[in-house]
Amino acid sequence: MSERDRDRVSEPGRTQAHVSDKQSKKAASLPGSLLALGVLLWEWATKTARSERRHPRRAEFASPPPGCAECAEKAKRGAKPSEALKVEPVSHEQIGTFLVVCAFLVALAGGIGFLITYWTGGSNLVLGATLALCFFGLGMTLILWSHLLTLNIEVAEPREPMQSPPEERQTAVEDFQAGANQIHRRGLLKWMIAGASGTFGAIFLTMFRSLGQSPDSTIYSTVWKRGQRLVTSEGKPVSVDMLVPGSTVIVFPEDSIGSEKSQTVLVRVDESLLQLPSDRMDWAPNGNLAYSRVCTHAGCAVGMYETTTHQLVCPCHQSTFAVLRAAEPSSGPADRALPQLPLYADEDGILRAGGGFSDIPGPGYWGMP
Amino acid sequence: MIGLLARTVDNRLRASKFLRSAINHVFPDHWSFMLGEIALYCFVILVATGVFLAMFFDGSSAKVIYHGSYGPLRGVEMDKALESVIHISFDVPAGLLIRQIHHWAANIFIGAILVHQARIFFTAAFRKPRELNWVVGMTLLILAMVNGYLGYSICGDLLSGAGMRIGYSILLSVPVIGPWITFLLMGGTVPVDATIPRMLALHIFLVPALITVLIAVHLGIIWRQMHTNYPGPHRSHKTIVGSRLWPSYTLKSLGLFLLIFAVVAALGGLVQIDPVWVYGPYNPVAILPGAQPDWYLGWVEGAMRLFPGVHIASSGKLWVPEVFFPAVLFPAGLFGLLYLYPFLDELFTFDAREHHVLRLPSEQPFNTAFGCGLIALLVVLEFAGGDDVVAVAGDLSVVEIRAVLRVLVFVLPVITWAVAYALCRRARGRHSGLGAGAGFAEGGGAQGDGMNAG
Repeated sequence: MSERDRDRVSEPGRTQAHVSDKQSKKAASLPGSLLALGVLLWEWATKTARSERRHPRRAEFASPPPGCAECAEKAKRGAKPSEALKVEPVSHEQIGTFLVVCAFLVALAGGIGFLITYWTGGSNLVLGATLALCFFGLGMTLILWSHLLTLNIEVAEPREPMQSPPEERQTAVEDFQAGANQIHRRGLLKWMIAGASGTFGAIFLTMFRSLGQSPDSTIYSTVWKRGQRLVTSEGKPVSVDMLVPGSTVIVFPEDSIGSEKSQTVLVRVDESLLQLPSDRMDWAPNGNLAYSRVCTHAGCAVGMYETTTHQLVCPCHQSTFAVLRAAEPSSGPADRALPQLPLYADEDGILRAGGGFSDIPGPGYWGMP
Repeated sequence: MIGLLARTVDNRLRASKFLRSAINHVFPDHWSFMLGEIALYCFVILVATGVFLAMFFDGSSAKVIYHGSYGPLRGVEMDKALESVIHISFDVPAGLLIRQIHHWAANIFIGAILVHQARIFFTAAFRKPRELNWVVGMTLLILAMVNGYLGYSICGDLLSGAGMRIGYSILLSVPVIGPWITFLLMGGTVPVDATIPRMLALHIFLVPALITVLIAVHLGIIWRQMHTNYPGPHRSHKTIVGSRLWPSYTLKSLGLFLLIFAVVAALGGLVQIDPVWVYGPYNPVAILPGAQPDWYLGWVEGAMRLFPGVHIASSGKLWVPEVFFPAVLFPAGLFGLLYLYPFLDELFTFDAREHHVLRLPSEQPFNTAFGCGLIALLVVLEFAGGDDVVAVAGDLSVVEIRAVLRVLVFVLPVITWAVAYALCRRARGRHSGLGAGAGFAEGGGAQGDGMNAG
């Protein structure tokens, strides 16, 4: 068997197709050949494979292989002059057949497994594994077929330069010119094309207007109005001593609970620590400070508070804001302070907004005041 | 059978000539030429699984109370979009598998394009006449990343909502037209109900259509120009060496397709990705510490984290906010440079000839060093994009990590550049020193020179 293989290596161009047909039938039908295949497999895996890796198995041919009827036929029919450089012969057909059949059986098992799993309502894990097995088997079948049961011929073929021959290009341009010359009043046509393009462009751009509203006054809004009570997300009003120093709560204006833009973080700190600017000294009754909770950098919710350093931290890009110093940015990519909400306590000790945020909350944009 | 089919078609289309040239088309055998195919086949898988998902996905921001089979979220208010994603994941047979295959295939799609582009870059395959396809390829990379972002942003979960909020802020930061395009494209101030349907329209119609067209253009150009060859015997600007489309290449390529499908099926089944039910519904007030974009946008995220707070303001008004520089200007500049690279290479090497034999990395020290430096930069930025995760994992302070990364982001690319340059020069010297015995690279160099002379 191995001798025949060696024969085939030396004559790769022989009428390969017939041989392989017969061979594969034999390998598939005779169970006794399994043992032989095992031996061959062992030989192939140890000796042959190792030696072949060092010395590529491909036999080199300077000219087309002598027996390549296909090549000769092509040459006769005026095919592109191509050169077969290397022919990789089918050297271990039995092993190839064995492996291909194995791979296909794996695919079959995977496919059947998938179907059973699907119809019995199995888990995603098993579905994925069986589907993967099925496609792995099919893929390996083809790959093995291409490597072990296909006569692989490496060819060299001439390339055409990308440039057209000058005369071809010349005639193309001339034909275009000739055609253009058949059109009269070309100057007028040019103007009309320009006009049509302009009109179409204008219509196209105008249609974008349908997409949405213009940037309206809401983007300039400082959200809070003087006198509004601070309420929690459950709608509960917040009193001056609801928080203990070092804790925080999310608050909203009474009329827009849960709103993205009006979310405000209320922090209570020890009053003696405050370092607010002089004009904001009375914005923090009993050490209650309120800041916009929308990061000035990229608009994430500034949701974390570091108690020891009195810093608000944005989880998205790690900007930090110094709570004691009017939420000035202390590290990270943000460069503008979180807008502060002036607070006062009414006669019942309930916190109310003393006006809008000190600045427009949220990330910046062109022309933001 | 084949004869009958051939006759039937050919009688009507006179297809024999084309068919024969297609069958005999020569494709070089090299594993690195398979990278583009991996991307192509991932796209096929994405379209197939995407159609399946579109049958169930409800791209709406209308609020519903969840009553499905996933217990922990029962009674929670969420977008219909998220409800339908959870429905696909838990109630549609094989739905989770298909959804996870879709997400994994998207990641591999972008990864394959990236590695493919790197291969093109490091072997200078972008030289004339293939600048065209380099430009197409870069555009495909951008479209793939955009569609990835759109895809995970439409799910209506907390992570996608955070990503959408940041995207909104980035769009808003564009000078002059920022507020207008943000309001028009997104439909108002965030969060708006119009956003998810619009992103969905882009995600399943516009961007895939563009990708399809560009893939067709890409393949058309490759067909016309034929592949490059690595340097080696018989390879020159006048010949192409490889195996024919039929049968070798067809079998191998189809096999590759099936193997890729096997990989994404295994990942989709065995490795969880984007578990939206864990994140919960988007709520502008809620936060998700350790939130990351998908890896292919991590470098932009990293740039946003490292870039110092700088903005342009005058006379009491803000003009250009902080995020514009790292999130718009930097990526635009980087992609702009990469788009122009083939033309710059042509300009600086005074070489406008056709090239069909590749330049090995060692033969082009500057390009190789530039590419390595760029990779180093992107790796540092990617790392910075997860600095909070690193800080938690290593029990370090984010501020310290950031300080170190702000230095590394400049130093590491320069060092990488220098090392790569030196190594290339050395490798080049060694090859020429060994003369004819130097083997493949040297032989290739000679071939390449022969080609240039033509």
